[in-house]
Amino acid sequence: MNPDFNLQVQDALNRRVFLRNTTSFLGLSALAGLTQAKTSSSGLPGFPTHAAKAKRIIYLFQSGAPSQMDLFDPKPAIADRRGEDLPDSIRKGQRLTTMTSGQKKFPVAPTIFKFGRHGQSGMEFSELLPHLSKQADKLAMIRTVHTEAINHDPAITFCQTGHQLAGRPSIGSWLSYGLGSENRDLPAYIVLTSFGSGRPNDQPLYDRLWSSGFLPTRHQGVKFRNTGDAVLYLSNPPGVDTATRRRTLDRLNSLNRERLSQVGDPEIATRIAQYELAFRMQSSVPELLDVSKEPKHVLDSYGPDVHRPGSYAANCLLARRMAERDVRFVQLFHMGWDHHGGLPKAVAGQCKDTDQPTAALLNDLEQRGLLKDTLVVWGGEFGRTVYSQGNLSATNYGRDHHPRCFTMLMAGAGIRGGVTYGETDDYCYNIVRDPVGVHDLNATILDQLGIDHEKLTYKFQGRDYRLTDVHGKPVKGVLA
Amino acid sequence: MGALLLLAIGSMAEDAPDFNREVRPILATHCFTCHGPDANTRKAKLRLDEREAALEILAPGKLVDSELIHRILSEDPDEVMPPPSLKKPLSAAQKSVLKRWVAAGAPYAGHWAFAQPQRSEPPKVKQADWARTPIDRFILARLEQEELQPAPEANRERLLCRLSLDLTGLPPTPTEVETFLKDQSPNAYEKAVDRLLASPRYGEHMAVPWLDYSRYADSNGYQTDGSRQQWPWRDWLIQALNANKPFDQFTIEQLAGDMLPEATLQQKVATGFNRNHRINGEGGIIAEEWRVETVIDRVETTGATWLGLTLGCARCHDHKYDPLSQREFYQFFSFFNNVPETGRLAGQSSNTKPLVNVETAEHRASVAKLETEIKQAEAAAKQAAAELPKLVKAWAPKFSEELSGKKVIWQGVDEATVTSKGGAKFERLEDGSWLPSGPNATHDTYEIRTTMTGDHFTGVLLECLPDARLPNKSLGRYSNGNFVLTRVEGEIVPANGKPVPLKFTRIESDYSQKGWDIKNVNNGQSGKGWAVDGPTRREPIKALFLAGQPVAVPNEATVVLRFVCATLNQHNLGRFRLSLTGATPAAVSLKGDSIPAAVRVALDVETPTPKQWAALEKYYRAHVANPAKAADDRVAAKRKQLADLRKKLPTVMVMEEMPAPRKAFILNRGQYDQPAEEVKAGLPAFLPALPKGAAMNRLGLARWIASADNPLTARVWVNRAWEHFFGVGLVKTTENFGVQAAFPSHPALLDWLAREFVKPSQGVQVNGQPAKAWDMKAFHKLLVMSSAYRQDAKPRTDTYAADPDNRLLSRGPRFRLGGEQLRDRALFASGLLVEQLGGPSVRPYMPVGVWNETTRYGDLRNYKNATDDGLYRRTMYTIWKRTAAPPSMLLFDAPNREVCTIQRSRTNTPLQALSLLNEVTFVEAARRLGGRMLKDGDSSMEARLTYGFLWAVSRKPTPTELAVLRDGLKEDLAYFTTNPEAAKKLLAVGESAAPDDRLAERAAFTLAANVLLNLDEFVTRE
Repeated sequence: MNPDFNLQVQDALNRRVFLRNTTSFLGLSALAGLTQAKTSSSGLPGFPTHAAKAKRIIYLFQSGAPSQMDLFDPKPAIADRRGEDLPDSIRKGQRLTTMTSGQKKFPVAPTIFKFGRHGQSGMEFSELLPHLSKQADKLAMIRTVHTEAINHDPAITFCQTGHQLAGRPSIGSWLSYGLGSENRDLPAYIVLTSFGSGRPNDQPLYDRLWSSGFLPTRHQGVKFRNTGDAVLYLSNPPGVDTATRRRTLDRLNSLNRERLSQVGDPEIATRIAQYELAFRMQSSVPELLDVSKEPKHVLDSYGPDVHRPGSYAANCLLARRMAERDVRFVQLFHMGWDHHGGLPKAVAGQCKDTDQPTAALLNDLEQRGLLKDTLVVWGGEFGRTVYSQGNLSATNYGRDHHPRCFTMLMAGAGIRGGVTYGETDDYCYNIVRDPVGVHDLNATILDQLGIDHEKLTYKFQGRDYRLTDVHGKPVKGVLA
Repeated sequence: MGALLLLAIGSMAEDAPDFNREVRPILATHCFTCHGPDANTRKAKLRLDEREAALEILAPGKLVDSELIHRILSEDPDEVMPPPSLKKPLSAAQKSVLKRWVAAGAPYAGHWAFAQPQRSEPPKVKQADWARTPIDRFILARLEQEELQPAPEANRERLLCRLSLDLTGLPPTPTEVETFLKDQSPNAYEKAVDRLLASPRYGEHMAVPWLDYSRYADSNGYQTDGSRQQWPWRDWLIQALNANKPFDQFTIEQLAGDMLPEATLQQKVATGFNRNHRINGEGGIIAEEWRVETVIDRVETTGATWLGLTLGCARCHDHKYDPLSQREFYQFFSFFNNVPETGRLAGQSSNTKPLVNVETAEHRASVAKLETEIKQAEAAAKQAAAELPKLVKAWAPKFSEELSGKKVIWQGVDEATVTSKGGAKFERLEDGSWLPSGPNATHDTYEIRTTMTGDHFTGVLLECLPDARLPNKSLGRYSNGNFVLTRVEGEIVPANGKPVPLKFTRIESDYSQKGWDIKNVNNGQSGKGWAVDGPTRREPIKALFLAGQPVAVPNEATVVLRFVCATLNQHNLGRFRLSLTGATPAAVSLKGDSIPAAVRVALDVETPTPKQWAALEKYYRAHVANPAKAADDRVAAKRKQLADLRKKLPTVMVMEEMPAPRKAFILNRGQYDQPAEEVKAGLPAFLPALPKGAAMNRLGLARWIASADNPLTARVWVNRAWEHFFGVGLVKTTENFGVQAAFPSHPALLDWLAREFVKPSQGVQVNGQPAKAWDMKAFHKLLVMSSAYRQDAKPRTDTYAADPDNRLLSRGPRFRLGGEQLRDRALFASGLLVEQLGGPSVRPYMPVGVWNETTRYGDLRNYKNATDDGLYRRTMYTIWKRTAAPPSMLLFDAPNREVCTIQRSRTNTPLQALSLLNEVTFVEAARRLGGRMLKDGDSSMEARLTYGFLWAVSRKPTPTELAVLRDGLKEDLAYFTTNPEAAKKLLAVGESAAPDDRLAERAAFTLAANVLLNLDEFVTRE
């Protein structure tokens, strides 16, 4: 919010109160209401707990689980083992989903894509990512993220909330609760979603992924919608223009102020402020979403999809605009990464959706001086199996869910660019060195925002809950 | 005197802090993690939750000799407790409490909530005439102790509005307000209470929190989140509350109604409470993992709902705070572990067993009638069948002649070997079709090897048939009942010689799913194929695959056909039947009976064998007009009627007990695949034992929970009732009564209420019915009759500073209404509300694409709002999809109902403002309230506005308020008079009819009503 705004409301209220009134008590209570309204958007006392490197986060969630060995983690050692059964010494009896646990064979499916080294660091990328690979020196690549769940719903819930089952707050809600909002005109936690072209009907997302769980619901993520009003009920009803709405609001405010003077409940003052904020959002949100003034070269850098609202590219551009406006946590969810069959074609489609826009976002942020205090995270809920699900041919294969290792990328604030962290075995099946659990990853994200993840707690049902449960350690190896 | 008394209490407190209120919370939060009940994480073998053990580091009365004191005061990071690494340092105040406690002898006390509540004598008070009920004496005594005055009684409009909203979720009508104001009788208030308690709206309103507790929804949850029908349980709930079922019975029926002797249908339906959990149907899940989660969900939900305990904390290890071991957790788990269920969803949009049909008397009568008719029709068919041999004998030669004249087009495949690459097994059914079962491979190919009469092959007819044993009772093997056919290939294999491959050039079907046309078969494009709307259609379907030219079939040659499903995972064919033809392609179509080869053979021989006769008879009976066929058709028609009727019968998921309980184990780290020691059902040791004669099973558990000796159940419930009427519970943490619970604001009152609920002593009568044990309505009445409840809510200068959060009840409670009540209130004020108890959930307005934004799975997509009463029913009937719950409910703090939720937060946000200002429901309500003002209000502008104000907030506006509204109305009137198009647009919002006269006036009144429906007073119950 315009910093003057709160003061204006406060002044208006005080003037009103003092004109009408009466006891100093009511003046006090009105003030109490405003203070409350103000603290509702600031964070917890004592937070951040240490100097923050990042002011905000853009988390590019790739829902469905991208295949790490086709994109980031090349395994030349098995290139000539196509079709051989995955050795038991590698599988070690680890559990599989029931989509493949009945397979008689687990034929090794080496990637059919070429890898190359990029940047000064020589970070390895598949040919499917020509744009992102040019950003190699900005990126830290963690090849050893691992998780417990083997199905999408619990796995993505775990990434978002630190728990496989519903009911816990999402990471963005934790941040809103801990740090509050930098921009009072916009929510602290905004979610954008897009369907992928690689597997157009997958994977469903759920409200729970940005839910505030047991935290107060004002911390829930606001999902900008792709149809109708981006923010629910933002538009005035048909026939009601801005001036008319302003008139009704003035009337409403004066009636509510009258009530405040009669009843003196500070909650009424808060409500008045919220209606004013709603009114301001009716212009701040459209302004945020209006990309008509973006220069052509910027639009072009995100690729042709940027002109299609609701696409990943369009959402990346919006993410940058939100970062400029200090939205604390922007989370994109791009669906369609679940490639049980026909992977080569599907993964190529997904890369086409995301490669150029992701790279453009990093450049755009950098050029505006925002990358130094914006943390960008890219990745999905688990990895994929080295063995083929279903038939393996020279040009086609599918991969089942694989929780034991997968790759995530980080860039921006506090991240050491060019680092490849962790090592997996020759089959990209098990971690050989430097495992990073999802709790570690989340601890790292919080750490960059100046939060000691062990201190960000909320007492619910008698227990101090944390995003990272009783686990998690920031991954120092990727930090600058 | 008062001051002296206070001082005395103060200094007593100085001596010995109350262990439960002050000391235990410190120990629990800061020490128990390492020195508490959990033996596995206990450090230095030291525990502080029991005095005996703690004495190791405590010297009662001697600070100097108490290691504990030294440790908490130490400045050495290696010495100080709690250790800095725990990041939970003690504050100076907390250290001081511990010092005073040790100095006073370090007395321990059991956790208050685990001890039996005691009914104490309500305290003596000075202003005895203020107290209408014993409740008031508890409240007033505390106020007097703090030298505070209770607030005056709220005015009568306020009281009636408060009472109506609290008891029924709806405000009073202006007429009800007027009647109440006029009623000068001393029991006017009580009459209003009784009237509201008797309203069916009471049950609807009181049910809302139970929907949250029970995680009730119309969808199955998890990835696909398809639909389910659980509303009969919701209707049971409303009905039980309206019928004032005693809470012990209400509890027992929900937890174990199925196990009651001679359980009625309704008692079984009640157990839906513990089947309202989500059920996972995601592809590739390991069912047992999710069955275990389901059972744990029941434990957590039951514990939180009735006992206020967080039992789930002990799934992986002994409870950190409460004296509950991991073993006890799994003993409790065992009570809910014996439901015949797999953990996997039955079908993406269906109810999952165990189920019961919820029949009405009407249904039962129709079923009985049909069953009799079927029996009669079957008898008739049997009689008619006796004539068959004679008829067949006469028909066969004629038919044979007929056939010899023209070529039979389709020959049913009779003898054949059918195999599956993926390991499926095939069962040959009566009608000649094959039904696959067993492994459902990612991609499967069915191979059919058969022979052919005649010397040519032109093509094959594939008939796909629904079967009850296939997923979703449909056509395919994928979990939703669909299949996707990718290719059909084959060859003619002569006895000697080279196989001749078949090339199918003409491919047709009588049905294809949109986007999955039959033309996709054999077209070589990946990701394409033929599908048949298996999840929704479930009808037989035919397809034919023809070669361009008849292919020669030498004697003894084998016809080999392969049906390949390789487009989508596990989308393999289900039950199918095949027929072949050698006719010229031009003569072949999807139509026409296929005559089984056996029939042709039987017709060809001179003297058919008995088996051949049977084949002939079977064919004749099914395909040629004759009395037996007519009788069969009648039987089939009746059976279909019965099946349709049964289909229409709603089912509800219920609890059921397996004959022999499943084994239960302690699960290491709470993991389903890490069973340790076996355990039997049992109760936590810190709570009383089973009531006499109760068995150690789910029914026994239910009786134990609903027993008067259970220290938690009554306390937990009365505290929630208190929260309902007073905004905050006496125990603020209504969801948790464990060791970490907030200490009660009025402990003696809480106990008194708990006892009073179980054993009423106050002679409360509701509509002439004397209070019985566990009487919810009588208890609610007791609360609302109190003076404490009737206080004015306005904060006062003299008490506000001492009681800012109103924990002492120095004024009446004032708080924001829930989302359901807000929408209901708007519908009510506008006259749109359609009141009808129960029934399937309804579809009011929702934002565009509400279900499509984030999924393309399942049947809950493409939301279309109702166009009738469904738009205006009470909000509790709104269809609830868990992964995309009604957005405006979420904005007003509703949980998404994925897990049990006891307490909602109560926030105040700009998104709520936008919803009330702009959402269709609220704009339409404003339009109708505007219309109501114009139609029913008196003719002056002021009178009309006053009338609308009364509907919105149940009181008349003050002159100032009226002036604001009137001036605004004039402005708007002027605006809409010059902008008639704007008026037209505004008046077109919503589906309900809009008169087309006086447009400017109507639009202006709409905006006036829009303001009224956004007043703080409208949003708030005060």
